[in-house]
Amino acid sequence: MRLRATDLRVRLRRTEVLHGIDLQLEAGEWLGVIGPNGAGKSTLLKALAGVLRHTGTLRVGSGPRATRIALMPQAPLLPEGMSVVEYVLLGRTVHLGWLRGETRRDRRIAAEVIGRLGLDELADRPVTSLSGGEAQRAVVARALAQQTRILLLDEPTSALDPGHQVEVLSLVDDLRRQDGISVIAAMHDLGSAARHADRLQLLAAGSTEAVGTPRQVLDPVVLSRVYRTPLDVHRLADELVVLPRRTTTTRRNTA
Amino acid sequence: MVVRAADRAYRVSLPALLVTLALLVIAGLVSATRGAAGLPVGGVVSALLDAVPWVTVDSDLTTSQEAILWSIRLPRTALSMLVGAALGIAGAAYQGVFRNPLADPYLLGVSAGAGLGAVLALGFDLDLGFGPFSAVPAAAFTGALLAVSGSALIARGSFASTATLLLSGVAMAALFSAAQTYALQQLDETRAREALSWLFGQLTAHGWDEVLLLLPYVAVSSVVLCVYARHLDVLRLGDDEATALGLRPARVRLVVIAAATLVTAAAVSVSGLIAFVGLVVPHVVRMLTSHSYRVVLPLSGVLGGAFLSSVDVGARTLVAPAELPVGVLTAFVGAPFFAFVLWRRGGSR
Repeated sequence: MRLRATDLRVRLRRTEVLHGIDLQLEAGEWLGVIGPNGAGKSTLLKALAGVLRHTGTLRVGSGPRATRIALMPQAPLLPEGMSVVEYVLLGRTVHLGWLRGETRRDRRIAAEVIGRLGLDELADRPVTSLSGGEAQRAVVARALAQQTRILLLDEPTSALDPGHQVEVLSLVDDLRRQDGISVIAAMHDLGSAARHADRLQLLAAGSTEAVGTPRQVLDPVVLSRVYRTPLDVHRLADELVVLPRRTTTTRRNTA
Repeated sequence: MVVRAADRAYRVSLPALLVTLALLVIAGLVSATRGAAGLPVGGVVSALLDAVPWVTVDSDLTTSQEAILWSIRLPRTALSMLVGAALGIAGAAYQGVFRNPLADPYLLGVSAGAGLGAVLALGFDLDLGFGPFSAVPAAAFTGALLAVSGSALIARGSFASTATLLLSGVAMAALFSAAQTYALQQLDETRAREALSWLFGQLTAHGWDEVLLLLPYVAVSSVVLCVYARHLDVLRLGDDEATALGLRPARVRLVVIAAATLVTAAAVSVSGLIAFVGLVVPHVVRMLTSHSYRVVLPLSGVLGGAFLSSVDVGARTLVAPAELPVGVLTAFVGAPFFAFVLWRRGGSR
């Protein structure tokens, strides 16, 4: 077991927004966290990453949280005037002492990660000049430079076109298989979640509605209730596709 | 190529360091030689070398020139460099901690607090002097720290939100400015003029006292801020990402704001309010070198010293034998430059 959270609760401005979430993650596993807007997906990820305070127990190993878990935020800030290599080097932050800057080893690790993600030619470019796909690869590179065993992705493809969505998710999937990294990804696209995740955890209003394999969780009745709209689940070339049910809207004439 | 890029990252390039140090030396020499009584450059250099232990050089300066150099020019040059360095490095630190390029050392009410303290000392003979602090610096220092403490208290001391801290600074600045205006209104003309002259900024050194007073603050704060420069680079990602990377943003803000405020308050207490140095210098460093705070902080200190020392030469010589308030001149130079920078940024978007 790489991570086990029990009865995780988060309060924001005196209001409880996560109500006792249980979650577990195996080595090399991809857990997809799905649910409608406001379900608590990002809050859960931020709590796991130590960004938000929480109650409940979280077992993830000893040492600072940032040595165990890396977070790829939904809308990463790309600072003006910062080069790709400088951005990736920030992933080494938790491994540095208060007085000590990056060592030769830290710089080598950043260079290796950049090479691995095919960002060599862009190493000196400002991160603000990158395209959406390139920027997302830089963010993945920074997370990999952190050298954690768990990667949290918060809506990693929300700002990308379909081509770059496939590229980024496949990249993370490949890294997971090669390095044995465990992934927890909050995702809106239920089809992509079903394709990449070993298990799905469906959240609604800060609580878990269902956990299991994509086939178990993507139940049209449960999904329709949670998303408050009629949804159908189709199987297409052995993949699950979730589509809104086509309905005829009738308008009531109140005149 | 990537390895080389990684090796260069976050490092001050040698040419940038040499150029800024050269500017500092040139500004220092000009400041030491120009004034009501001109001193020969060669003589000044020889006298400086002669002061180095185990080095003996004949300086050619007359006894009165030696006296002018060591008792008037060099203390003033050193003071202008220290105040410029303090404002430059504090400005860069504030901009980093608030993630706002318009932040300056007088944020959080430092200027208004120091101004009120100085007006009370000059106009109402308030004497808080102790140790090496005379009445005006002590009152200015106390006023600055009171205003900043007030800002931190309004923000509930959490240092958790930059927006709350900024707004509380605005509130404290307004309060202290109003009190300062009221106090000025109560003064007779001579005392009001004296207080206003202090508020416009002045670098009058009485021997080495002010330099020795300021030096420890600049030295300690510069070391602390340069140590925290790496953390300011991480903070550029925003609080959430910085936390996820293992940083504690609130603690970083607390330490950086404390160090930057202390050095600003110390500078203001000996020089009055000198505008635009802390705002303009870090921008110039960014334009010429890097946006990394590991580069911007130290170079802003060096360039701030060179800049203020140069402007002070103008303040002393432009309307000689009278003297312009150096704060007015930095605003004359800084404001158009800053407007140009903003205009260029706007045009590039």
